[in-house]
Amino acid sequence: MENFTVYVPRLIQKKEKFAPGHRACIGCGEVLALKLAFKALGNNVIVVNATGCMEIVASQLPFTSWHLPWIHTLFENTAAVASGIEAAYKAMKRKGRDLPDVKVVAIAGDGGTSDIGLQALSGALERGHNFLYICLDNEAYMNTGIQRSSATPFGAVTTTSPAGKKSIGQFTWKKNMPEIVAAHKIPYVATASPSYPFDLIDKVAKGVATSGPAYVHIYSVCPTGWRCATDIAVKLGRLVVETGIFPLYEVENGKYKMNMELPQLRPVKDYLKLQGRFRHLSDDTINVIQGRVEKEYYELVEKTKDGSKRAKRKSSKDTAKISA
Amino acid sequence: MTTRVGVEVSIAVADAAKMANPDVIAAYPITPQTHIVEHLADLVANGELDAEYIPVESEHSAMSACLGASASGARTFTATASQGLSLMSEVLYVAAGMRLPVVMAVANRALSAPLSIWCDHSDMMSVRDTGWIQIIVENGQQALDNTICAFRIAEDKRVLLPVMVHMDGFNLTHVIEPVIFPEQSEVDRFLPPIQYPLPLNPDKPVAMGGFAPPAIFTEAKWAQEMNLRNSKKVILECWSEFSKQFGRTYSPVEKYHSEGAKVLLLTLGSFGETASVAIDRMRESGKDVGQIRLRLWRPFPFEELRQAVKDADILIILDRDLSPGGPGGVVASEVKAALYHQSKKPKVVSFVGGLGGRDVTEAGFEDIINKGIAIASRGSKHEYEIYGVRE
Repeated sequence: MENFTVYVPRLIQKKEKFAPGHRACIGCGEVLALKLAFKALGNNVIVVNATGCMEIVASQLPFTSWHLPWIHTLFENTAAVASGIEAAYKAMKRKGRDLPDVKVVAIAGDGGTSDIGLQALSGALERGHNFLYICLDNEAYMNTGIQRSSATPFGAVTTTSPAGKKSIGQFTWKKNMPEIVAAHKIPYVATASPSYPFDLIDKVAKGVATSGPAYVHIYSVCPTGWRCATDIAVKLGRLVVETGIFPLYEVENGKYKMNMELPQLRPVKDYLKLQGRFRHLSDDTINVIQGRVEKEYYELVEKTKDGSKRAKRKSSKDTAKISA
Repeated sequence: MTTRVGVEVSIAVADAAKMANPDVIAAYPITPQTHIVEHLADLVANGELDAEYIPVESEHSAMSACLGASASGARTFTATASQGLSLMSEVLYVAAGMRLPVVMAVANRALSAPLSIWCDHSDMMSVRDTGWIQIIVENGQQALDNTICAFRIAEDKRVLLPVMVHMDGFNLTHVIEPVIFPEQSEVDRFLPPIQYPLPLNPDKPVAMGGFAPPAIFTEAKWAQEMNLRNSKKVILECWSEFSKQFGRTYSPVEKYHSEGAKVLLLTLGSFGETASVAIDRMRESGKDVGQIRLRLWRPFPFEELRQAVKDADILIILDRDLSPGGPGGVVASEVKAALYHQSKKPKVVSFVGGLGGRDVTEAGFEDIINKGIAIASRGSKHEYEIYGVRE
């Protein structure tokens, strides 16, 4: 850890774009993700925010927590609004208006991305707008009171997927958003966890440097919704990766690359037992989850076979930390 | 020099938008699209118009892309109709609430079900309360002129509100009419470049679209309401300037032989011209009838309307829309409300007709006027009647 204190100030910018003064819950992993993501970005950014936690905690009139131009309009149209801004800047600059080069960064939660905003996102990706889309995935509609989304994991309890005599909670498997995005054949797709800050910052930086659409899917712990301790967001963010539940990987121009080699997966139970939303799960159900996580993890590893050697050679700073 | 050519009205509207030199056009082909966005796509493809054309995946996204573009300070245009307008409606409120001067052509058409692609004003009335300025035209020339005016009105710093230019689907959008095209230089002189006061720009960051707690929401809405009401002054000013420069005059309530007439017919949209032929014929046979047409639907022209009907005994209104389970025609309902406090007011007779593209002919209008006179003279408590319905 000593190395961190030596290197961190030199490696990342100190200035916060997403200012202190927001009203997020204690222990919020989403704010952590957002704060880190914007360490990768300069000033020439326009932020488009979907309705959701990050919008609500930062925007109560007449205040704002943002030091960047920021716009919120509705829940499901974030990618479309981003399209409009990108197109406007393109046209206005071409026609001689004196404007800076900007990158449009869209931010939405898992509901705003994988449910209600999926159509607008798919449209914007397909049209090839030059923008970065960040999905902050806390695995349910937290802002509206912890309702299940299509990104809620199997077995998790939410207010609309309660466990009961006839229910184990969420009975569907988490929708695989990064794969859906990758199917659009955009230049850059990545997953990230704030517990691996350099990896996250690198990926956001790559996304911004990409010409064309880029997508970064960030795992975001929600102590309020997950019924977990407020001081374990970073721990959970590591466990979710080490268990293989949320693998860190990139799809760059169609090439898959694992960012962390896991010689052996930790049991998913290590991750699940820390969260109240999974408390009711029997060992049998946990075994079912274990089986599916392993199956999907190794399927993903198969996809990366070509690029895996390269991944090993260029071990990231975070990976080095983990294996040490 | 101006030229008068025979042109499909949709094409004329697209050309008007082109002359306004928009930066961003977002469009979705609601079934079946008018030729407005198709022609604009051609103009962009041929390099005749330098704009970003975003072929979005839905009308909701069309208006959302317009929000983003307009918030960036770009001149923004789109067009839609019926179901598309309905799908947009959530976003329309935001455009007005965030004071984004988007301009949109709306081909007025019926709303499903049953599915109908033909003209009526159901779509237009369903977005009445979104906070947009709504202008309704009745021929190709008016459509072209008011599309140009719409940009000037919307982008005026005293207004900064989105504007819809309504034109009847098919009856207007798909017909070929003689239209006078202004010179580009004249349009440039009339329409200054857009200068949105606080656009999204990293050089001067602004936050747009924060949420309003109860302590602020009411004041925000009041500010918006005052702004929409006061926009009438700018609209009148714009039409007056337009008249000086191009020689064609518009007003919120347009009159046809209405001065002193005891019986008035009120119409919206393309029915106005057909009805005026019926008015001519009836006047020739000695009947004291006149006509008024609403050109401005929002902000509602209360004063102009009261003034226009003050000497009439009977006001017959034909609505091309229906408020089911309610007062019948929306226009009649609003006109009645506008006249409620007047000490002297005409008796209002309300008809609903022309729904889903059904035609009302000159003879039909004569019939409606005669029926209206009979109903008013009987003094019965008549709510409304769907003209020509088979029961």
